[in-house]
Amino acid sequence: MIHFVLLVTRQGKVRLTKWYSPYSQKERTKVIRELSGIILTRAPKLCNFVEWRGFKVVYKRYAGLYFCMCINRDDNELEILDIIHHYVEILDRYFGSVCELDLIFNFHKAYYILDEILIAGELQESSKRTVIRLIDVQDTIVEVAKEQASLVGNIIAQATK
Amino acid sequence: MFFQEKENFLERRLIESIAHYLLAIAFVSRFYPSPPLLYPPFFLARARRDSPDKHRYRPRKSRSNNPAAKLRKAKLEQLKTIGRELAMGSQGGFYQSKEFLDLVKSIGEARSKAEEDRIVLNEIETLKRRISEPDIPKRKMKEYIIRLVYVEMLGHDASFGYIHAVKMTHDDNLLVKRTGYLAVTLFLNEDHDLIILIVNTIQKDLKSDNYLVVCAALNAVCRLINEETIPAVLPQVVELLGHSKEAVRKKAVMALHRFYQKSPSSVSHLVSNFRKKLCDNDPGVMGATLCPLFDLITIDVNSYKDLVSSFVSILKQVTERRLPKTYDYHQMPAPFIQIKLLKILALLGSGDKQASEIMYTLIGDLFRKCDSSSNIGNAVLYECICCVSCINPNPKLLEAATSVISRFLKSDSHNLKYMGIDALGRLIKTNPEIAEQHQLAVIDCLEDPDDTLKRKTFELLYKMTKSSNVEVIVDRMIDYMISINDNHYKTEIASRCVELAEQFAPSNQWFIQTMNKVFEHAGDLVNIKVAHNLMRLIAEGFGEDNDTADSQLRSSAVESYLRILSEPKLPSVFLQVICWVLGEYGTADGKFSASYITGKLCDVAEAYSNDETVKAYAVTALMKIYAFEIAAGRKVDLLSECQSLIEELLASHSTDLQQRAYELQAVIGLDARAVECIMPPDASCEDIEVDKGLSFLNGYVQESLAKGAQPYIPESERSGALDVSSYGNQEHHGALTHGLRFEAYELPKPVVQSRIPPPSLASSTELVPVPEPLYSRENHQAASVPSVSDTGSSGLKLRLDGVQRKWGAPTYSSASTSTSTSNTTKQKTANGVTQVDAVATSNLSTRDTYNSRKPQVEISPEKQKLAASLFGGTSKTEKRPSSSGHKISKTAYTSKSSNDIASEKTTLVQPPPDLLDLGEPIATSSAPSVVDPFMQLEGLLDPAQVASAMNYSATAAAKGPDIMSLYAETPAGMEGSGNANSLPTDGDDLLSGLSEPTRSVPGGTTATHPVQFSKGPNPKDSLERDALVRQMGVNPSNQNPNLFKDLLG
Repeated sequence: MIHFVLLVTRQGKVRLTKWYSPYSQKERTKVIRELSGIILTRAPKLCNFVEWRGFKVVYKRYAGLYFCMCINRDDNELEILDIIHHYVEILDRYFGSVCELDLIFNFHKAYYILDEILIAGELQESSKRTVIRLIDVQDTIVEVAKEQASLVGNIIAQATK
Repeated sequence: MFFQEKENFLERRLIESIAHYLLAIAFVSRFYPSPPLLYPPFFLARARRDSPDKHRYRPRKSRSNNPAAKLRKAKLEQLKTIGRELAMGSQGGFYQSKEFLDLVKSIGEARSKAEEDRIVLNEIETLKRRISEPDIPKRKMKEYIIRLVYVEMLGHDASFGYIHAVKMTHDDNLLVKRTGYLAVTLFLNEDHDLIILIVNTIQKDLKSDNYLVVCAALNAVCRLINEETIPAVLPQVVELLGHSKEAVRKKAVMALHRFYQKSPSSVSHLVSNFRKKLCDNDPGVMGATLCPLFDLITIDVNSYKDLVSSFVSILKQVTERRLPKTYDYHQMPAPFIQIKLLKILALLGSGDKQASEIMYTLIGDLFRKCDSSSNIGNAVLYECICCVSCINPNPKLLEAATSVISRFLKSDSHNLKYMGIDALGRLIKTNPEIAEQHQLAVIDCLEDPDDTLKRKTFELLYKMTKSSNVEVIVDRMIDYMISINDNHYKTEIASRCVELAEQFAPSNQWFIQTMNKVFEHAGDLVNIKVAHNLMRLIAEGFGEDNDTADSQLRSSAVESYLRILSEPKLPSVFLQVICWVLGEYGTADGKFSASYITGKLCDVAEAYSNDETVKAYAVTALMKIYAFEIAAGRKVDLLSECQSLIEELLASHSTDLQQRAYELQAVIGLDARAVECIMPPDASCEDIEVDKGLSFLNGYVQESLAKGAQPYIPESERSGALDVSSYGNQEHHGALTHGLRFEAYELPKPVVQSRIPPPSLASSTELVPVPEPLYSRENHQAASVPSVSDTGSSGLKLRLDGVQRKWGAPTYSSASTSTSTSNTTKQKTANGVTQVDAVATSNLSTRDTYNSRKPQVEISPEKQKLAASLFGGTSKTEKRPSSSGHKISKTAYTSKSSNDIASEKTTLVQPPPDLLDLGEPIATSSAPSVVDPFMQLEGLLDPAQVASAMNYSATAAAKGPDIMSLYAETPAGMEGSGNANSLPTDGDDLLSGLSEPTRSVPGGTTATHPVQFSKGPNPKDSLERDALVRQMGVNPSNQNPNLFKDLLG
């Protein structure tokens, strides 16, 4: 089971956190500090795994961003590496050549996408197309709602004129 | 119009700010010819991404060597970035305002954590103000909530806004609702008070027509519903399993899985649904169903054996690419589903020959088919290895697994090396010689600068520790332990060192030294039990009949402790051990004077004056030393510092310390004879006989009765309602256990009035058949675990007496526990009878264990040499773990000039010495494979048999001859030692294999019960003990199973 997902930049700035196991706000801060201390200082050629407090943290670096996932000791690390990659590929397909900036300004969308891939700390969908399709459906609703909103706005504006 | 105007205005502002940004970049780029790319895309070229083996991000420097092109590219990227920012400002959906973009940007540009915090705190203030304003438009509110999420993500407290997020989930608009759900799932833990406000909304949303609403609600269900609220949503979630949209079904399955994790009982009646969902026609739903099934099967394998063929056929279909192409990942067919299926198959096939046989061909195919060049292919291969190591061993698959492992280990990638080491650790229990093929790789990994890899390698070493290599391995572990400062891992590695040292210690001296090192460097991290064990070991020694060795051990311990005491800061636990040992044996060999030792003890008490436990230990040690002096007839002169210490403690706030000080004072005032009675020298392991009948009070009782006092009526004979509060502590305890066993005792009613008749004793044993053999085993090994045996005896006391006499098993209660409880006079007498032989037999068995340990002690120097030659050589090639054959091979090939050649040759030419020396690993490999599955099968068939198997002496007695006959084929001589060494591992394997079939470790001991195995339950021991017990004319304990059968019917 995945206990949490963490996206940290090379400078230690947090870009996204998702907790599947209960952690208090205090613990979260501590965890992030502790882990970014461990992971960011690791040399590039080493394992992508770190043993930490009886768990294992699998991380992978994309450009300046580290994607980290904390898992149980007996989980398959290589699989987690690929789950990370799976997520990044979907982000890439969704944003179109994704970069950190996309995640900075659209972190809520990154959350929505993550929610379609992982649920309750388990991989729920391994088909990229299915995930993208679901997200797209949700986005079209957004578009429709936006149009409606502007329509309503126009009507109100006209009425008040 | 108004809205549009505003938006236009915003966009204009944005463009302005971007213009500034551009200017700034232009400015910067004048000074830095190739400006750093701020946010490079994760994947630089699409084509590269699509090729499976190059999906890793390439570092920037490798992209282009031409600086001009680099610059151009960088500028292009920046332009793109700016365009993107622009687009985002106007991008619909979330109507992000300039404010929000500014916030994100300013945080992005913050140079320090302090600056970031300042910005965020500002933002929190703004939000607090804004969010409580009345009549905020919905989309504005939505943005606030998103900003709150952002603030919280950065590690600040946004709890003031939680309620607004909750309110948002009530909204009818899907978009707003979705944002609300996102926020609450991120904000709230399942134990938050606000959850109760969301449950109602979730209930409503689960019934919605719009499947997106249902999905959003199910996401929240997975995160927020806790044990108490499960019933509120459970029926609806179950209903959703039949929803027409696969996305909903999938999430419903996962939600049920979550419920199962939280409270298994709440969904236990729904397990059949998971089976049904396995046949769902959407592969996504099927894949999701594997998660809960994996958990269910982990807990109860047997109820799912019928699914073996289904899982196999699913996996077969997956590998044959029958699933839709969209599930392919890097040209592998649905690898994530494959991995999950393999995990499940590993569980189902473990110890089940029949089930395993169904899987063999398929797994063999997988080994062949998997693409070993991609990461995901290796992930599947690794899972195959795990599966092979769990299921009933098959030589062909093992061979395939071995070849994959060797490829992993030879790979340049650290990840693969890590996986290789891990896989090696898994295979080693079925196939011990496999590690020897890879010893060079293992040694390389041990010396790797990568900490993760190193730790993994230590884990492997821990698994393959034997008496022959324990010294090298433990020394290495301790060195590593000293070098790190990660407390969590330090604790773990310390406990592992202790465990290995206890199990395989070649000599007492070594053991004491090792423990000293562990305590010195990680004393505060190790379990206090370990300290008690060490004290016990020093007190009891290894061999009963070898007093000189014992006293040598003690004096060496005393010497080492006196030396260590001069070090500045020692852990409390270690000081306790030191004080105790100095008190007991400080003056025993006459090397050190009493005043010297007492002076040291006073120093300790003074130096660690805020540690009361240490002080208590020190004072008691002082008392012992003075007592021994007085008893020996020497004159005691109290040191002045000691005098002041006592005076200080007499006025201590701690009653414990006070009492100790008063006792010390009192003892000093007594004469030699009295003191000798109170404090006999070296009697710490003598059993204290407690007169449970309190017969010495008889005179007093008679006197009182004569004066007309009421006679005492035992509890069991009292009638009517009893005032519980009038009972003493012990009665309370009794009442408590009664309360626990209330249901079980309902049947035999007449018991209340009369004394408990024997038949009811028998029936009560029937009710708790399983724990007894466990406790019996613990005490059997004379590893008296105070806490465990105490609870055991207090819970089982009533029944044990009868059982004990009936079976004549060695003992159920050690001396220490026998003193602890007993309520009624009737029981007292019963205990009085049985206790005597209980103590006697327990002593016998301890003696026995020590006797059989002795041979190991004697051959220790030889082993030391062996291990040294295996590991401690000068060049790398000589450092090889765990093969006694290498000594020979090494000498044979010392003439080879190149190390590499030598190593290759030695591994090649190993077979000849193998025949001689590696007989031991071969034997160990074959023995479990013969024994284990059989035993487990038996266990599956008949619960009574499980109970019988748990009784280890029975097992060992039955299986011992088999193992011995296997060994009989290996040539005698110096290999005899090797065999003896491997025996304990065997015994452990059997045991742990039985008690926890899924994760049994060679070397046997899991961290959870270190003491249980500490004395090495080895078949040889038990054989000897069995013989001894037979000699004594007591029934051997392997009759117990029959009794169980009788009792269980």
